[in-house]
Amino acid sequence: MTSQGPTAAERFLNGIIPENPTLRQLLGMCPTLAVTNGVKPALTMAGATAFVLICANVITSLMRKAIKPHLRILVFTLTIATFVTIADRFLQAFMPEMSKVLGPYVPLIIVNCIIICRCEVCAAKQSVGIAAADAVGVSLGFTLGLGAISVIREILGSGTLLGLRVLPQAWPNWGIQVLPPGAFLTLGLILGFVNWYSGRRAARA
Amino acid sequence: MTMVAHPPDRVGPSAIVHVAPGPHLQDAAFTTRRMMADVLVGLAPVMAAAVAVFGWFAVMQVGICGLACLAAEYLFHTVMRRKPATLGDLSAVVTGAILGLSLPWSAPWYVGVIGSFAAIGFGKVVFGGLGMNLFNPAMVGRAFVMISFSVALGAGAFVLPDAPSVLSQATPLTVGKMTGEVTPLWPLFVGNVNGSLGETSAIACLLGGLWILVRRAGTWDAPLAIVGTVAVLSAGAQLAGIHPSLTVGHHLLGGSLLFGALFIATDPVTSPLTRSGRAVFGILIGLFVMVIRLFSGYPEGVMFAVLLANAMVPLINRWTVPTPLGGPVPGPVQKGGGA
Repeated sequence: MTSQGPTAAERFLNGIIPENPTLRQLLGMCPTLAVTNGVKPALTMAGATAFVLICANVITSLMRKAIKPHLRILVFTLTIATFVTIADRFLQAFMPEMSKVLGPYVPLIIVNCIIICRCEVCAAKQSVGIAAADAVGVSLGFTLGLGAISVIREILGSGTLLGLRVLPQAWPNWGIQVLPPGAFLTLGLILGFVNWYSGRRAARA
Repeated sequence: MTMVAHPPDRVGPSAIVHVAPGPHLQDAAFTTRRMMADVLVGLAPVMAAAVAVFGWFAVMQVGICGLACLAAEYLFHTVMRRKPATLGDLSAVVTGAILGLSLPWSAPWYVGVIGSFAAIGFGKVVFGGLGMNLFNPAMVGRAFVMISFSVALGAGAFVLPDAPSVLSQATPLTVGKMTGEVTPLWPLFVGNVNGSLGETSAIACLLGGLWILVRRAGTWDAPLAIVGTVAVLSAGAQLAGIHPSLTVGHHLLGGSLLFGALFIATDPVTSPLTRSGRAVFGILIGLFVMVIRLFSGYPEGVMFAVLLANAMVPLINRWTVPTPLGGPVPGPVQKGGGA
C-alpha cells in the first residue's frame, strides 16, 4: 500500500489552523473546558496530549500494515493507553502539584477523540513521516486552542498570566471565568470570532 | 388605540385578494416601543420606592445600568453587527432598569457595567437580538455578575453596620433563614426593609405590575401561577416546619418574588406563547423559587428560577400547541407549529 492523500507539509499546516482540533473541529472538549482556567495547567495538558498523540501516531503508522480492520479501534486504544500511562506517571513523579491540579483529566486523554481521530484518519493510512508531521501539527493546533482560552480566562478570572500579576491589584476577579461557565462563554466567543474571521477571508478571496 | 383591518380600497373587479391566516385585526399603535414604555411606567413606582429607601444609591445603580445597556446595545448591535439602530425601541433601557433594580444598593459601579454588557451581549445579541433571545437578558446579566462577584452581591453585601437606616439590617429572607427572627409583615409590604433595590416594596411592585397588566404589556397568567404556587408550597413548608419563621406572607411579600413575577416573568419574548404554557411556566418558577429558598445556600432564588424556566420554554411551547379552529391537524404538520 503506497501512501496516498495529503503530504507531510499539508498535514502539518492543516493541523494548526485550517483543521484546528479545538476551534474548527470541536474535538477534545473535555480538557478544553476543564483545565483552561489557568495557562499553566492548560499548557501542561497540551504538552501531555502532544506527547501521547505523537507517540501513538508514530506507533500506529508503523503497525498499519499488520492491523486487521475490525480490530483497529482496540489497537489504537491500547497504544494510546500505554503512552497516557507513561505521561500520567511522569507528571505524578516530576510535577506532583500539577498532577493534582489536572486530576483525572490526564488519564482521560485515553478517550480524547483528537488522538483516535488522527490515528484513524492519518496514521492508519500513511507513512511514519507523514503521521509524525500530522501529530506535531495537530498538537500545535490543540496547544493554540487551549492557550487562547486559558489566557483570556486567567487574565479576567485571576488578573494573572502564568501566575504573574498582569492587572492591578484593584482588578475585581471575574469569578465566573474560574468556574466552568467561563469556559463555555470564552470558547463560544472565540469560536464566533474564528468563524467570523474565516468567513470574511473566504468572502474576500 | 385604533384597530386597522386590511385596507378596503382594493375591493372591486380587479381586487387582489390577500389570503392569510388570522388574526386579521392589527393594532397599529401596539409597537415594541409602546410596550417597553409601559413597562418603564410600571417600573416607576418601584423606582420611587427604591429612591425612598436607598436614596442616591438607587438612582446611581439604575442610571449606570441603563446607560451601560444602551452603550452595549449600540456597540454590539449597531457597530459590530451593522444592524439598524435599536436604541429607540427602549428594550435596552428596560433591561438596564430591571438589572439595576435587581442589584444590591452597595454593588460597585463595575458590577452594573459588566452585568449590563453581559445582559445585552450574552443575553440578547448573540441569539440574534430582541425577540430571538432564549433567556431574560437582565437575569443573564445578573447571574453573570452574581457568579463573578459573589462577595459583592451575596447576602452580606446588603448590610452596612453603622448606618442609621434599614441598611444596617440583613435582608428579611436571610434573617428568617439564618437566625429564625420574624420580620413584621407591614414593612415588607410598604418596603421599609433591606434588599435589592427594586424588591423591597410589595405595594410598589403590585401597583406597577397592575399597570403593565392593564396596558397588556404583559400577561397575567404567569404571575398568577407563580404567586399561587409559592403560596401553596410555602403553606406546606410552614406546616412541615421548614424555616418556621418564614410564613406564607414572608414568602409572598419578601424577597424579589413579586418583582420577578410581575416584571421579569411577564417578558413576552422569554415566556411561552399560550395561556396554558404560561401557567406551566409560572408553576415551574414558583417551584424552583421555593426549592432554592428552602433547601439551598442562597436566601433567594427568583433569578435562577426564571433562568431555569426560560430554558424549558421551547419544550413547554411544543407541549402546549393549541388546537386550531376546526379540530386538530392530522399528521406531522402539527408538530412544526410553535417550535
